[in-house]
Amino acid sequence: MRSLSRTERKTRLSNSNLLFMIAGIIFILMYGFALISYPGSFMQFQTFFDLFNYNAALFIVTLGLCVVMIGGGIDISVGAVCGLVTMACAMLLQSGTGSVFEALLLALGIGLAFGIMHGFLIAYLDIQPFIITLAGMFLAQGLLTTLHKEPLNVTMREFVALRNYTIEIPWLGTVNRLGVFIPCEIKPGVIVVVVLVILYAILMKWSRFGRNVYAVGGNRQSARMLGINVKRTIFLSYVLCGLTAGISGFVFLMTTGAGNIGNGSLFEMKAIASNVMGGILLNGGVGNLLGAPIGTMTLLTINELIRAAGVQSNLQAIVSGLLLYLFIVLQSIVISLRGSGKFSFALPPWLKRT
Amino acid sequence: MQSEIILKMEGICKSFPGVRALHNVDFTLRKGEIHALMGENGAGKSTLIKILTGVYQRDAGKIDLEGRPVHPRSPQDAQNMGIGTVFQEIALCPNLTVAENIFIGRSRDNFVHWKKMNAKAAEILDSLGIPASPTQELASCSIAVQQMIAIARAVDMDCKILILDEPTSSLDEDEVQKLFALMRQLKDRGVGIIFITHFIDQVYEISDRITVLRNGELIGEYETSALPQIELISKMMGKALSDVSAMKKQELRKSDDSVPVFEAVNLSSAAGVKPFDFTIHKGEVNGFAGLLGSGRSESVRAIFAADKVTSGEVKVNGKRVKIKSPLNAMKQGIGYLPEDRKGDGIIDELSVRDNLILALQVMKGFFRPLSRKQAEEFAEEFIEKLDIKTPSTSTPIKSLSGGNQQKVVLARWLLTHPNYLILDEPTRGIDVGTKVEIQKLVLALAEAGMSLTFISSEIDEMLRVCSRLIVMKDREIVGELSGLNLSEQDVMHMIAQGGQS
Repeated sequence: MRSLSRTERKTRLSNSNLLFMIAGIIFILMYGFALISYPGSFMQFQTFFDLFNYNAALFIVTLGLCVVMIGGGIDISVGAVCGLVTMACAMLLQSGTGSVFEALLLALGIGLAFGIMHGFLIAYLDIQPFIITLAGMFLAQGLLTTLHKEPLNVTMREFVALRNYTIEIPWLGTVNRLGVFIPCEIKPGVIVVVVLVILYAILMKWSRFGRNVYAVGGNRQSARMLGINVKRTIFLSYVLCGLTAGISGFVFLMTTGAGNIGNGSLFEMKAIASNVMGGILLNGGVGNLLGAPIGTMTLLTINELIRAAGVQSNLQAIVSGLLLYLFIVLQSIVISLRGSGKFSFALPPWLKRT
Repeated sequence: MQSEIILKMEGICKSFPGVRALHNVDFTLRKGEIHALMGENGAGKSTLIKILTGVYQRDAGKIDLEGRPVHPRSPQDAQNMGIGTVFQEIALCPNLTVAENIFIGRSRDNFVHWKKMNAKAAEILDSLGIPASPTQELASCSIAVQQMIAIARAVDMDCKILILDEPTSSLDEDEVQKLFALMRQLKDRGVGIIFITHFIDQVYEISDRITVLRNGELIGEYETSALPQIELISKMMGKALSDVSAMKKQELRKSDDSVPVFEAVNLSSAAGVKPFDFTIHKGEVNGFAGLLGSGRSESVRAIFAADKVTSGEVKVNGKRVKIKSPLNAMKQGIGYLPEDRKGDGIIDELSVRDNLILALQVMKGFFRPLSRKQAEEFAEEFIEKLDIKTPSTSTPIKSLSGGNQQKVVLARWLLTHPNYLILDEPTRGIDVGTKVEIQKLVLALAEAGMSLTFISSEIDEMLRVCSRLIVMKDREIVGELSGLNLSEQDVMHMIAQGGQS
């Protein structure tokens, strides 16, 4: 009888998965709308791949920040750290003393250093993450402008080879007016994105650390009572975020090939926006890691749409802003209705777990 | 019998600066027994539990767990010894699944084996008859089920002693029964359960034995079946039944039949008090009597709309009005002096003067500030009237004694000239002299035509001041007493019999 009463209960989607589904549906709607409105550009697979080709660094930054946000924190230094890394690596490569591999190590080192510093201050000294990472952002920006003010193009041969390296997808592409088949191209940065997405998704779902991050984000006090090392979990989440920002800086350089003081600027804000659109709640504890890339794609699609429409670029920011309002309101409505039991999300039968 | 004892606490003493929280308290728990720990607030229940769970360290005494002396240093430490605690505030993560909540933080394995974990969780849930699926999010379970999952976690961690601290306070009747079923099942498994609650009926329904504490001292350990409710209540309150010789110093006032100053029908609030009716007439002093946690404060907070009002109709001077917030209530001429002086009443850093004019200022609106001169006059007037002992009107209120702080808060409300003033525990924590002053003041105000509701944990005080007592038990009004010759015995009888008849 007991087991009967258990199976009779209808399985309800968790908040994380509900928001993730909403994020996915919105992305599909958005992209579908783009396809219908501007079939000329959006019908081409290359347009889709270019979202990743040109914005690989943003995708990566968003992933790292996603982990911190699920843990209930925030890191607004990621954009500046990413920018700092591009310049530092560019200088190292350009000076002729360092190899590409050493530049990668430098990128990881800078990211790790910021991550450890922020993680320590936030987790062990219990300081507000917003303030600490704001300081980190200023520090990284300052270091960036101190290093080099002018744009610095990397002309090192090995690096240029890496930058220009493309992977063709022979079975996917478009045929141009002359009837020549042009295969789709992806950049190495995209591979990094895909690998990191898979890695982080596994980390958040199947590792002890990942589940601890959810617990800490859900209720820090309870997590402590449940025997989780809350401080270490928070510390590690910031370290991971910093490290990811370092990687993103290197990928950024691989995409543009130049160190520039404008690199990675406002990435932190775009990353926060992407995560929110991907269904990761700012309060922490709720969100699916796969929401991070979905949210980023939504944000980028919006921007592409506006660009395709040929309107002023400042409208891009306006529309992104308005949509962000919409998302946050939608999320809080869904969550609060759910909390009061007035809203139930009926699963379609084909999605029900048996 | 001796072998059955799993926990023996002997001569436990604990002092905090200025307070002796526990003095020479013994507590014995047997295998497979549900043992209620009873006492009013401040009796030392939670201190005793915190010593047992390693939150506090004892000053003296010894704890034997299964015959071996132990010394828990942290909740984690206690957990490892087999002492599990489930708090009123559920310490689980709402965003994780049920299975995760049972197992998280316990394994050193770096990977989560979902299948294995879910299967094991299903087994535990089934064996305890908890109606939850391991894969559902905890937030989607009712509070009662969450409570049970917390218990399941403790049980799975091989606890020998399970402490349930106010587990039923946010559960409805049905959920309480489910929880009790689970408790009985654990009892059959030989777990010793310490049950803390304010609900007397529940104690009689489920417990085998009762230990009563009062003012940090052990009053005694009793078989539940051998201790009548009325005796338990008198033991908790500390008044022997025969010792009801409280003299009424003032003549009691009788209520009249005119239009009531305040009338409520079917009023209830989000704080969980059952819908009640309430009236008060001009010049009447009435009071809500009952044990702590019986819903006294919740009732008056509902009248003042200090908690979200969920149902009911309210009339002031015979006219229907809507009171949705404390400000509405104030504008209707109702004042409320809250129970928690430190939290709700005074603003530490502000001066006596500023604390005093606060309510009046709020009523006037912030864009019409009281002039400094006016404020000064008011302050001086009331300092003299109520004999508030303060060096000056601009002294920060935190440097005053408790009694004088209370007088300032009282003056604050008097300044707004309310028709109806609610005083929730106005005499708690203040010296006897000031207590009597406040009681006299209440009667004087009533004489002058004000209606008052007076709540106190000390029944004799209420008997002296109130002409009508509304008796509460388990968040419900169980009766009303009025007349000149009320005794504590009458009140205790009504509380004891209340829920049963």
